[in-house]
Amino acid sequence: MAQITLIEAVTQALAYEMAHDESVVVLGEDVGVNGGVFRATQGLQEKFGELRVLDTPLDETTIAGVTIGLATAGMKPVAEAQFEGFIYPMMEQIACHAARMRNRTRGRLTVPAVWRAPWGGGIRAPEHHSEANEHLFTNIPGLRVVMPSSPARAYGLLLAAIRDPDPVMFFEPKRIYRQYKEEVPDDGEALPLDVCFVLRDGTDVTIVTWGAQVKEALEAADALAEEGISAEVIDVATLAPLDFDTIAESVQKTGRCVIVHEAPKTAGFGAEIAARIAEECLYDLLAPVERITGYDTHIPLFRLEMKYLPSTERVVEAAKRTLAAS
Amino acid sequence: MSIAAKFEIEYLQYLDVEGKQVRDDLPKFVTNLDHMVELYKLMMSTRVFDAKSVALQRTGKLGTYASCLGHEAAHVGIGSAMKPEDVLAVSYREYGAQLYRGVQPREVYMYWGGDERGNDYQNEPARHDFAWSVPIATQCLHAAGTALAFKIRGEKRVAVCTIGDGGSSKGDFYGAINIAGAQNLPMVTVIVNNQWAISVPRKIQSGAPTLAQKGIAAGLFSIQVDGNDIIAVRKAMEDALERARNGQGGSVLELVTYRLSDHTTADDARRYRGEQEVKDAWAKEPMKRLRNWLVAKGVWDDQKEEAWKTECDEWMDNEVNAYLQTKTQPVTAMFDYHFAEVPADLAKQRDLAISLEKKA
Ligand SMILES: Cc1ncc(C[n+]2csc(CCOP(=O)(O)OP(=O)(O)O)c2C)c(N)n1
Repeated sequence: MAQITLIEAVTQALAYEMAHDESVVVLGEDVGVNGGVFRATQGLQEKFGELRVLDTPLDETTIAGVTIGLATAGMKPVAEAQFEGFIYPMMEQIACHAARMRNRTRGRLTVPAVWRAPWGGGIRAPEHHSEANEHLFTNIPGLRVVMPSSPARAYGLLLAAIRDPDPVMFFEPKRIYRQYKEEVPDDGEALPLDVCFVLRDGTDVTIVTWGAQVKEALEAADALAEEGISAEVIDVATLAPLDFDTIAESVQKTGRCVIVHEAPKTAGFGAEIAARIAEECLYDLLAPVERITGYDTHIPLFRLEMKYLPSTERVVEAAKRTLAAS
Repeated sequence: MSIAAKFEIEYLQYLDVEGKQVRDDLPKFVTNLDHMVELYKLMMSTRVFDAKSVALQRTGKLGTYASCLGHEAAHVGIGSAMKPEDVLAVSYREYGAQLYRGVQPREVYMYWGGDERGNDYQNEPARHDFAWSVPIATQCLHAAGTALAFKIRGEKRVAVCTIGDGGSSKGDFYGAINIAGAQNLPMVTVIVNNQWAISVPRKIQSGAPTLAQKGIAAGLFSIQVDGNDIIAVRKAMEDALERARNGQGGSVLELVTYRLSDHTTADDARRYRGEQEVKDAWAKEPMKRLRNWLVAKGVWDDQKEEAWKTECDEWMDNEVNAYLQTKTQPVTAMFDYHFAEVPADLAKQRDLAISLEKKA
């Protein structure tokens, strides 16, 4: 079985589903001949033709709106935003129509579509190529927001997203697109949406994160283990709708929680998790909840970029602070 | 049958690919041969600048860079026709126009080198121009707003925006030319049609035979121009700017050119376009035809070419050195420009960043 990267897992999932479901179509800028600027759709146009892997005119509003029309007409479109920084013009179509169609029509019209976007910083990209903006979508009712953090979860979650009967935002953490390989059987097995994955069991502190930061969280857990501290690491994976039960169960056990994300702190998705913990687990807490996040600034151009991104050390220190508090 | 509307799109060209004049009615500025030499020199320095940028990127000293190879006539033509008081809103590769307006190569290097200070153009008139706009076509609307401000205040100034063939598909582009037509704004919209939007060829962007004709729908003067012929670009720009300045409204210019480079240094154009196409495009490139024309007029020769090339190299080396010597901004720079004053809560985050920096 081949070892593949996260981006190759995306391609593998798309190819699998296109081969098994004729209604799946891929559309976006440069997704065809070029196979996408990150090569996520490489080889798909050769296999499935120019109409099922469609290079669109350069207009995100067009891509998002046409995706809705395709979906309501019985196709299963997978649209690509070339970078998450260019997803803003798509938001009107997604928020005003994709997310509302089922509710608005009492279930008569539905939007079984996926919007994929390379997400996040850390690859020395130019301006507008490094945004972390998942929280903008978690606040829109009717949308699923999914973020894989490994090749296997990219494959399984993307299959699930395409098969899901409702609109899904699928954010791919590009910092780890090619960071490592893992065995991912091409068996068409989807992973469940709407559940968190507990990646590491622990008893002293819960580290909650998603996407690229899973790497820092696991590294932090390793470092903490060396000091005899047992950290549980939770990959949220589907941010909306949130599986809060898994997080609550862990926090009830450890009494401490560190939330890690790359997006700005204020009104970032960490705020939602922290608020839910305050609402539902306050009396289980042994220490204040910590958030280690990006700053409330635009992500800087790359000379300063690494100073913006949350580091493993910051996560370790936050975890220790929660232990020192009680 | 009655006809509700009819239109034609003129194609403007003065110099053919060899630099031979294809029409006699040359515009007035052409009689100033010194100026024509100046234009050629700036086209050359733009090309030398571009080659240096690509070399810097290849050696890891820049991030991703968008080359302007082949766009020299289009870009220099745009910049040279504008008056200092006009405002330019570019996308991200129109360096030739910007150099004309005082943007320094070191600033371009800094921007693509991951440093926001590259956007803080030091020289007028660039200092009152917009910064590079990476989100495609959004700058067209900024130009429209600026043109509206000029109209409201009764100023004889023009807003110019540039956009690619791909970008002309975007709603922002249509919105901008639409309000320009509806409000008779002093705005010139220039589509730099270099045939490719990354891997997507011109024909996938639009079923229309010209991109210029999009301006017709907006009620604007619209023309297609040989974008490799600087005389044609400059003339079309001058006319459009004059009309705008005189209250006769906006224009859409489609400059037909070719992207001789990869889209950016992160792109490999061989994946999607044939060698022959690029070879054919090189035969039409903009420098050769102007050089031939200048040589035929007796105002340019190999010696001058060599001498200027040397000067350009020195200029750019100097700029590269200035760029390489810049120190990374302090971590506080991340926080200091979001608001006129750093709000208290953000100041706390800045303090945190400073303390983390000290520990590191
Ligand atoms: C809104 C938006 N979508 C996507 C991109 C990514 N992107 C950068 S350049 C480019 C192609 C632009 O082509 P064109 O408008 O023809 O201009 P050119 O680069 O050829 O000068 C794309 C798709 C972007 N910068 N902005």
